[in-house]
Amino acid sequence: MTGHAEKAAAFAANESRTHWHDESLWFVRVKRDRQAASIPEWEALREAASAIKTHTLSRLADYLEEFERNATANGIHVHWARDAAEHNAIVHQILASHNVTRLVKSKSMLTEECHLNPYLEARGIEVTDTDLGERIVQLRKEPPSHIVLPAIHLKKEDIGELFHIELGTEKGASDPKYLTEAARGHLRSKFMEAQAGLTGVNFAVAETGGVVVCTNEGNADMGTSLPPLHIACMGMEKLIPRAEDLAVFLRLLARSGTGQPVTTYTSHFNGPLPGGEMHVVIVDNGRSRILGQPTFRSSLGCIRCGACMNTCPVYRRSGGYSYGYIVPGPIGSILAPQRDPEKYASLPFASSLCGSCTDVCPVKIDLHQQLLAFRKKLVDLKVVPLQKRLGMAGLGFVLSRPWLYRMSGSLLRAVMPVLPRGLVYGAWNRWGVQRELPAMPKESFRDLIGKELS
Amino acid sequence: MPSVGLFIPCYVDQLYPQVGLATLRILRRLGFNVEFPPEQTCCGQPMANSGCDAAARPLAERFLAIFGKYDHVVAPSGSCVSMVRNHYDHWLHGKPRFEHLRDNTFELCEYLTGVVKVTKIDGDFPFKVGLQMSCHGLRELRLARSSEQMTAPYNKVRQLLSQLRGIEIVDLLRPDECCGFGGAFAVDEEAVSCLMGRDRIEDHARAGAEVIVGYDMSCLMHLDGLIRRAERAQRVMHVAEILEKAQLA
Repeated sequence: MTGHAEKAAAFAANESRTHWHDESLWFVRVKRDRQAASIPEWEALREAASAIKTHTLSRLADYLEEFERNATANGIHVHWARDAAEHNAIVHQILASHNVTRLVKSKSMLTEECHLNPYLEARGIEVTDTDLGERIVQLRKEPPSHIVLPAIHLKKEDIGELFHIELGTEKGASDPKYLTEAARGHLRSKFMEAQAGLTGVNFAVAETGGVVVCTNEGNADMGTSLPPLHIACMGMEKLIPRAEDLAVFLRLLARSGTGQPVTTYTSHFNGPLPGGEMHVVIVDNGRSRILGQPTFRSSLGCIRCGACMNTCPVYRRSGGYSYGYIVPGPIGSILAPQRDPEKYASLPFASSLCGSCTDVCPVKIDLHQQLLAFRKKLVDLKVVPLQKRLGMAGLGFVLSRPWLYRMSGSLLRAVMPVLPRGLVYGAWNRWGVQRELPAMPKESFRDLIGKELS
Repeated sequence: MPSVGLFIPCYVDQLYPQVGLATLRILRRLGFNVEFPPEQTCCGQPMANSGCDAAARPLAERFLAIFGKYDHVVAPSGSCVSMVRNHYDHWLHGKPRFEHLRDNTFELCEYLTGVVKVTKIDGDFPFKVGLQMSCHGLRELRLARSSEQMTAPYNKVRQLLSQLRGIEIVDLLRPDECCGFGGAFAVDEEAVSCLMGRDRIEDHARAGAEVIVGYDMSCLMHLDGLIRRAERAQRVMHVAEILEKAQLA
């Protein structure tokens, strides 16, 4: 089975494109730094956001019920889904009962997680993603490669080529304005024909029973204002207690994610349109299992800003697809193995544990500590390659015996310099593929300290 | 004077003895009674970072048995010190002397600036220097403010080096991006690790750094390996090797 390292190596093999990918995302990180620096109380905001999420998760059941009561009082139908299958069935049932055959969606990582699109398409419903980046990857029949910037792996020339085939734009066109206009025209007709709109949820407010959706393109508003039926799908961790808590999160979200002061549109949905219907589907799909693990609980506080991806030196040089999970980067590397530890066993190791993600996270999730903790869990589950486990056990054996450690060190330093280069840099030596080994000194520090002190 | 246990990480002991000697000389010249307990080997980090707790834990227990008796423990490595300070708790919690050891194990730069409170450094280093702010020292020991944090800037390494005559510390485009070493990551994710390293070297080169200076030889070993393979002109040095030549007071 190929893990992250193999897929990352394939991505990084195209060095100029990898550098372009790295620079594109670093540019967003720099924008984030500029915006964060403009808020004197930035660190206090992060602290507050973290505290609100910790509190909310500590009594999530109460807040979920409060939300349900208030949403129901607002005329919203609230549904509960244990897993992806239930979620998909609920959405389909709502659509089928309204004879919907054309659905427009704004960005929702949850529906990606549940694989809603293929489920609905197999049942005769045309699904159109209306976020530009999402539409691009949908037309390419690809998943998003980043949770906020779904098509960040593509260059404008790639999109020109795609739109030429799919939307009939001029061949060879790569002007972003021209291509965006073409997409706008194409999506406009989809909005006009849609019979229902589906959105994700950035925040659900227990106190008001309303949901908040943040977009930059206004597509969520188009998709919910034209058709009379609105379905909002949310993971159960999206809850915050009070409307005033939004003030904390809305100041952090766009600044952290894209380096904007705020998203262009922040839409509050507190009930159905006059004469329309609104449904909220609340999904567990493994979240309560994470809630039950103190070490990993805070990962449920994630507001999906994408800052940990933008800052991650590994993500920037390996691309979203190298993770093989719908949420890539540091946060995805914690969430994916929760779902399937064996399949995603390589992800917690796809990090140098540099900790940049932890310092950038607007809700202060200790991401790199959780990546480390997950490594332990995977070793305990015996899904880490045996070679690695034996190698580390062997190293531990040597290092806990000073005589053996000294002997091994001396032997290594004596033998390496006299071996032929071809042998030292043979196929076994992963270090030496692109790097020289350190020069081997004749004496170790402990050999020299006697002379030094005498 | 407090008793100081000198902790020389295994790879420094075996591969970079001059860094250990430099650390020893700096501390002795400051008047400390420095002891190097010879039964020491490794803090356990390679095993712990691979998730192999069973292999790492005995080393943590040994570390406490060997170093628990000193007033202070000092090491020329941010990463290994962070292992002791931030990652021993779940094994050694409640053990006699553990909390003392945890709170009194220091990386060299933080020891000099924060405990010894060195204020005057007399020496020359007439080179353009790029600081490689290795991640564990930076974000787990807080040797400097990280670029992600929106707090008042400080940098304990720069604070020490900037006093040297002739030194020019250059500005990097990415002041604290990871070099890509990451322990076993360097071989597990060889392709990305090396690309990260080459990008760091390029950033230092673009800024005009002749010498890449850091407080973790492991990261510098990775960068040095890439530099020598590419036959570039830069060289790497541990901060102790530079401070060794100066008078500290």
